[in-house]
Amino acid sequence: MADFIVRALLAGICIALVAGPLGSFVVWRRMSYFGDTLAHSSLLGIALGILMDVNLQLAVIVSSLLFALILVLLQTRKTLSTDTLLGILAHSTLAFGLLILSLSNTVQVNLVAYLFGDLLTIGSSDLYWIMGSTAVIGILLAVFWNSFLTITVHEELAQVEGVQVGRVHCLMVLMVALLIAVSMKIVGVLLITSLLIIPPAAARRLASTPEQMAIGASIAGCLAVSLGLLMSYRLDTPAGPSIVVTACFFFLVTYLSPALLGKRSQ
Amino acid sequence: MDKVCLIDAVDICMQFGDRQVLQHVDLKVHQGEIVTLVGPNGAGKTTLVRIVLGLLTPHSGTIARPAGLRIGYMPQKLHVEPTMPMTVKRFLALAHHANGEPINRILEEVRIGHLLNQQLRAISGGELQRVLLARALSQSPQLLVLDEPAQGVDVAGQAELYQLINEIRNRHHCGVLMISHDLHLVMATTDNVICLNHHICCHGRPEQVSVDPSYLALFGKKEAKTLAVYTHHHNHQHDINGCVIEKKNG
Repeated sequence: MADFIVRALLAGICIALVAGPLGSFVVWRRMSYFGDTLAHSSLLGIALGILMDVNLQLAVIVSSLLFALILVLLQTRKTLSTDTLLGILAHSTLAFGLLILSLSNTVQVNLVAYLFGDLLTIGSSDLYWIMGSTAVIGILLAVFWNSFLTITVHEELAQVEGVQVGRVHCLMVLMVALLIAVSMKIVGVLLITSLLIIPPAAARRLASTPEQMAIGASIAGCLAVSLGLLMSYRLDTPAGPSIVVTACFFFLVTYLSPALLGKRSQ
Repeated sequence: MDKVCLIDAVDICMQFGDRQVLQHVDLKVHQGEIVTLVGPNGAGKTTLVRIVLGLLTPHSGTIARPAGLRIGYMPQKLHVEPTMPMTVKRFLALAHHANGEPINRILEEVRIGHLLNQQLRAISGGELQRVLLARALSQSPQLLVLDEPAQGVDVAGQAELYQLINEIRNRHHCGVLMISHDLHLVMATTDNVICLNHHICCHGRPEQVSVDPSYLALFGKKEAKTLAVYTHHHNHQHDINGCVIEKKNG
């Protein structure tokens, strides 16, 4: 097999492994629109990176983390309802990013690759970024797992029991931002939240504890990435959509199988 | 009283915007004592409890707790996220205190041992209240704070739940601060009733409070009377599953 497909596979599996547990929290805490907003805004990070002529991967990571912090701050202010706030920010940052990219005609940017993902663009430095970042996310997930679960079940109960709710929530949001920033090259800005949402949703039916759901989501994510990339390689389809379609297939199978087998749904 | 004072709140004032919610409220909870907050909706009961828990900071007044006080908190309601699979066992293990009793024993104590491996979403409202009580107990608490513990529980179950809280107090020698609308049910076990309507209208032992003019003014004489004398006896009881259990001394 060609080098680039091996790199893409490795990168995709690293992402899917941590996207399972982290995505489960995105589902449980109803943060999917939040993830979408972060993803859209990361295109602005790309545009600013090109404008200032710095390392693009670093530019995307820094801008995503900053943007996530701003979002958390704005949310606590509560001047606008959260979904209105996210709606404004998601699309205006995407629009700003596209405008800046179209005006800076010095560099040719493959916009479609950023929007929908392109496995051909994964170089070895990208792979190192992805491996390093997902390793950090994985370690943080393991260390803070119980705190994350506790604040997800009931924030005030968690606070009374001694969990620093604000800080833990902020950390989780930063981890989501980091994951989105490093995986946009593979899945693309427009499809990235689906990698956080669909595998946990597929695992939901089969799980009876949060841990089972998180691990199930990792497995479903890895399968979706592998089969999706294989499809992209063989049929020359864009990487992001191929992965998402495969994940969606898994979701449909687990969602419909109890009904098809005639079992009573939960 | 020479028992340890767990909560000593003095002259607490709190406002949201221009609305004065609490005015010069004093509150003490001692070890082994059950203090019940009663009052109409919007009287500031939950606000006071949230201040005691440290979830809110009062505008003025002081609140003293012994260092390292372990609080078991039972919130008014638990919204169980439908997308989150969670067994009773896992839920209790989440916050289990290192020197707390084993989860099995806590569940037996609140008489829901059979629910150990059930999904939180699959159990009834009354059972969920007991799971929350078990969660509060898993902290090995010195102080239990209960926000309307009997909410959504039928009348027979309510009496049983208050009895259970009393047993827990006797066994663990913890202080209990709770909000309740059911003075007639908590009367037998409460040491101190505080009738709150932004300020403390009256306080004292339940039989005093239930004839206090300010309590009567707040709840209406007829209502208060029926509440105060509302005691009747069944010749049998039901456990949480609805099975009939014979009275021990009947």
